[in-house]
Amino acid sequence: MEKYSGFGLLKHSLSHHENWQRVWRNPTPKKHYDAIIVGGGGHGLATAYYMAKEHGMTNIAVVEKGYLGGGNTARNTTIIRSNYLWDEAAHLYEHSLKLWEGLAQDLNYNLMFSQRGVLNLGHTLQDMRDIERRVSANRLNGIDSQLLNTAEVQDIVPILDCSKTARYPVMGASWQPRGGTARHDAVAWGYARAADALGVDLLQQTEVTGIRRKDGAVCGVETNRGFISADKVACVAAGNSGTLAKMVGMELPLESHPLQAMVSEPIKPIIDTVVMSNHVHGYVSQSDKGDLVIGAGIDGYLGYGQRGSFNIVEHTISAIIEMFPIFSRVRLNRAWGGIVDTTPDACPIISKTHIKGLYFNCGWGTGGFKATPGSGNVFAHTVAKDEPHPLAKAFDIDRFTSGKLIDEHGAAGVAH
Amino acid sequence: MLHIYCPYCEEFREEDEFHPVGEAHIERPLEPEALTDEQWSQYLFFRKNPRGLHHEMWVHGAGCRKFFNMTRHTVTYKILETYKMGQQPSVVAEESE
Repeated sequence: MEKYSGFGLLKHSLSHHENWQRVWRNPTPKKHYDAIIVGGGGHGLATAYYMAKEHGMTNIAVVEKGYLGGGNTARNTTIIRSNYLWDEAAHLYEHSLKLWEGLAQDLNYNLMFSQRGVLNLGHTLQDMRDIERRVSANRLNGIDSQLLNTAEVQDIVPILDCSKTARYPVMGASWQPRGGTARHDAVAWGYARAADALGVDLLQQTEVTGIRRKDGAVCGVETNRGFISADKVACVAAGNSGTLAKMVGMELPLESHPLQAMVSEPIKPIIDTVVMSNHVHGYVSQSDKGDLVIGAGIDGYLGYGQRGSFNIVEHTISAIIEMFPIFSRVRLNRAWGGIVDTTPDACPIISKTHIKGLYFNCGWGTGGFKATPGSGNVFAHTVAKDEPHPLAKAFDIDRFTSGKLIDEHGAAGVAH
Repeated sequence: MLHIYCPYCEEFREEDEFHPVGEAHIERPLEPEALTDEQWSQYLFFRKNPRGLHHEMWVHGAGCRKFFNMTRHTVTYKILETYKMGQQPSVVAEESE
């Protein structure tokens, strides 16, 4: 793998940037792999990377029916934070945030990771009680969460309407300075490049059509490019997890909903942090290109259409304008929807199954992007060692039978 | 925006007035105590989540406030029918994808 550096950039400028190496290979599938990861998004690629790097499994492949990072990895609003309420979730997301902090160096890829801080606004007394509880829980878990009052919020975001007469009065906020954003595509590309360099085969345009079993254990996958044998199959397919589960007669407690996001035309730097409001289902940050990245609420109905309804857009935009009157004349460039696979408790499923050699990592719902490194890291352990990573144990699929749910609806950021 | 026919109001109204509730035709078990943990979990948490036709319950929250059922395609979002509670759908969702 060609190492990226400032010097390399200079060197390649001499040849007009025409001689850059291909970032990853495009291999033909082998007959057999030790493990196959189904799904080439951020989580799948991260899983492959950590399996190769930390568990020495290099005879593995990632199969992807479209192209790498082309699903929800390309559709989210790139927010990173770890201020979750319950211990299990907080530890998992904090593990992820710690990995983020060294990830660009680790992958030798510029992820444009920016710890610009994340605000979660409170607009009602109940909001503030919930926020105070969450901040306290975070601090007990060693997460850098702080409780801010209105004046402190105003100080961080001068353009936020914090007046007493505002439609959504700001009563305070939780503040996580280590939170921020990263470039979503770069995360997938960085992991893909690093995994490829370790010998992982990335098989694009390869759709899994069946999962073959022998004596109650997985023995490979049927694809549109023929049968590929494998000892282990790890599914990281987000919205398509249910389809994969059905192939082996399994059911997952997932429901797929459209979640929308939109960006404005690029404007000069005006907001240097991430502002989220759970109460009005709107959040905003500004990308390095200058466009405002706005996230909306989820559509209540089931949908696979990768688009959302107009009333949700209207609701979100009106809330954003009420909070940031200065944005009222900014024009929107694009709006899109991603399909999020939500679980009943707004927490992911990272689990072995009753079939030997079959694993699922899904149900990240509305908050998967921030978890990309952590998700891949704990899932790689779970698959490689055939036992759950200590941080992943609580996210076993059995919790829906045992009743030991991890209710993160409050901190998940988007109402379900 | 969806344009929804409320079978009670007998009128088409805008989506704003309605609220989706989830999968339709789920009956609460008559004797919850008699169920195993797996069966109870099935009732509480596991849903069909089809890519295709879906029977689902909606409530006309800003209208007559009554619950009713709908058959809708989850990819095209086309509404094939709405029908009153207690009635069966005339268009039946296929079991496969």
